[in-house]
Parts: sequence; structure tokens; C-alpha cells
Amino acid sequence: MILTETWYLVLSAGLFSIGAVGLLVRRNPLVMFMCVELMLNAVNISFVAFSTALRDLSGQTAVFFVLVVAAAEVVVGLSIVVAVLRRRPTATADDLVELGG
Amino acid sequence: MVDLISFIISAAIVLGGALGVVLFANPVHNALSLIASFFGVAVLFIIQEAHFLALVQIVVYGGAIVVLFLFVIMLLGVDRIEAVEEEALVGQRGTALLAGVLLFGVLLGGLFFSGPDADVAPEAGRTAITGRQAQVVPLTDEQNVTQLGRDLFTRNILAFEATGLLLTIATVGAVVLVRNRGAEDLVVDEPGSAAA
Repeated sequence: MILTETWYLVLSAGLFSIGAVGLLVRRNPLVMFMCVELMLNAVNISFVAFSTALRDLSGQTAVFFVLVVAAAEVVVGLSIVVAVLRRRPTATADDLVELGG
Repeated sequence: MVDLISFIISAAIVLGGALGVVLFANPVHNALSLIASFFGVAVLFIIQEAHFLALVQIVVYGGAIVVLFLFVIMLLGVDRIEAVEEEALVGQRGTALLAGVLLFGVLLGGLFFSGPDADVAPEAGRTAITGRQAQVVPLTDEQNVTQLGRDLFTRNILAFEATGLLLTIATVGAVVLVRNRGAEDLVVDEPGSAAA
């Protein structure tokens, strides 16, 4: 058996699906963020797999930018979570419906 | 063969960590599983000779992001057990699981039932899924860091500058969001301070 890019893509699909299910199931906003990170990582795996398979560097450059954007997204997202949870420490994602005014 | 064995081990770590993120009830355990998953992804990058990305994966994801998660968990004291048995919406779990299985099926279907036609794939592994030649920046035998750096600072210099701007905006935004505007004074409990 030879390791081809198909293995990586199947793994990527599985990781993405697990992250999506976690995002739908969990109600703690922090854990939902972690699931988003899992999905981003799944996409990174497939980017690098395609980059290796097609002998093209662009995929790895794309992963670099995904990393930067993920870092920025976590910073802003976590500060929003802190701003919400500081007021109501038991809040779940469902309680954010009260933001509707 | 070594590649395959390393892939299977690290794929198991990746998927196990991901399942840990979804299934553990304690947020601290979720964050630790997330580290395991990121580490497995870094090993996958090393197998594919994306050495710089593997390093950055560990430093940025395993180091910075997960530590930020843990920091927020500890700061807010939300490391209590989530009521896992209680479902907020009736049938949420089942529907989510069904949606996940459907998503996985659609992704696998797209993977295995599409692909280049036989007549437009002259050499295997060198054509995109569309069947066209896709090389933009060919990988060479140079060091991975050298190639990535050259690509970043020549072809993608505008995007690179834009990410710098993005990080600045994110930092300013985070400070603005968590600032305690005009609220009660911060309680300083250092010796010698007047605050009680």
C-alpha cells in the first residue's frame, strides 16, 4: 500500500465532519470555537495534501494565511466570549438569543 | 512504507483528539485533546515535507491558540462540567449526527466519484481535480522555508501586508471589546494599595 493524497483527503473529510458535528452539538461557546479550529485544520490538511500531490507551493502559502486568519479570529472571538461570559458566567450559546433586544 | 505507518499513527491521534474535543464534558479536557489533534496534524505536515508549516502549526496552534483557550477557561472559571445529558433542543444530537454523516458522505462522494477524465490526465498526480494543469509555483528541491519565504515575499506580498493589518485590527478590537468602560474600578489586591 502506498500513501497517496486520497488518504489525506479522507482524513480531512472525517476531521471536518467531526468538527461540524461538534459545532452543532456542543453549547459551550469556547468548545464551539475549538470545533471551528478543528474544521480549519481539516482544510489545512487537504491544502497541504494537494500541494504535495500537484507539486505546487501555493497550497502551503494558503495554509500560512489560514493560520494567520485563525489566530486573529480566535483573538476577537475569545474577547467576545469574555465580554459575554463576564456578565453571566453560566451563559451557553443558547442564551445569546437575549442579544436580540 | 514508513510514511504509511506514520500516517496511520498520526491520523489516529488527529481523529482521537477531535473526538475528545467533541465528547469530553470538561472544557479543559477539550483543550488538551485539541493539542493532541494539532500535534497529529503537524506530524502529517512533516510527512509531506511541509516543515515550516509543521513548526508554525505547533507554535501558533499548540502554543498560542490553545494556551489562549486555557487562559480564558481559567480566567472565567467556566471549567465546570457541561450538562451533557440535557438536550436544549429536542433531537438536536440526532439531527447533528445525521448532518455530520451526510456531510462526510457528500465529501467522500465528491472525492471518489469526481476527478479528471481519463483522456485529460496525461500524468497521474500532476493534474488538478478539474483535469487541468494546476501548477502556479512549482515545488523544487530547495528547502521548504526558502521556497515558502520567496513565495510569500514576492507573489503574495500584498496579502502578507494585509495579514499584518488584520492582526493589528484584531488586537485593537480585542482591547476595545474587553475594556471595562466606565464601570466599577478594578480591584487591586496588591499590598499597599488602597482598594479593598
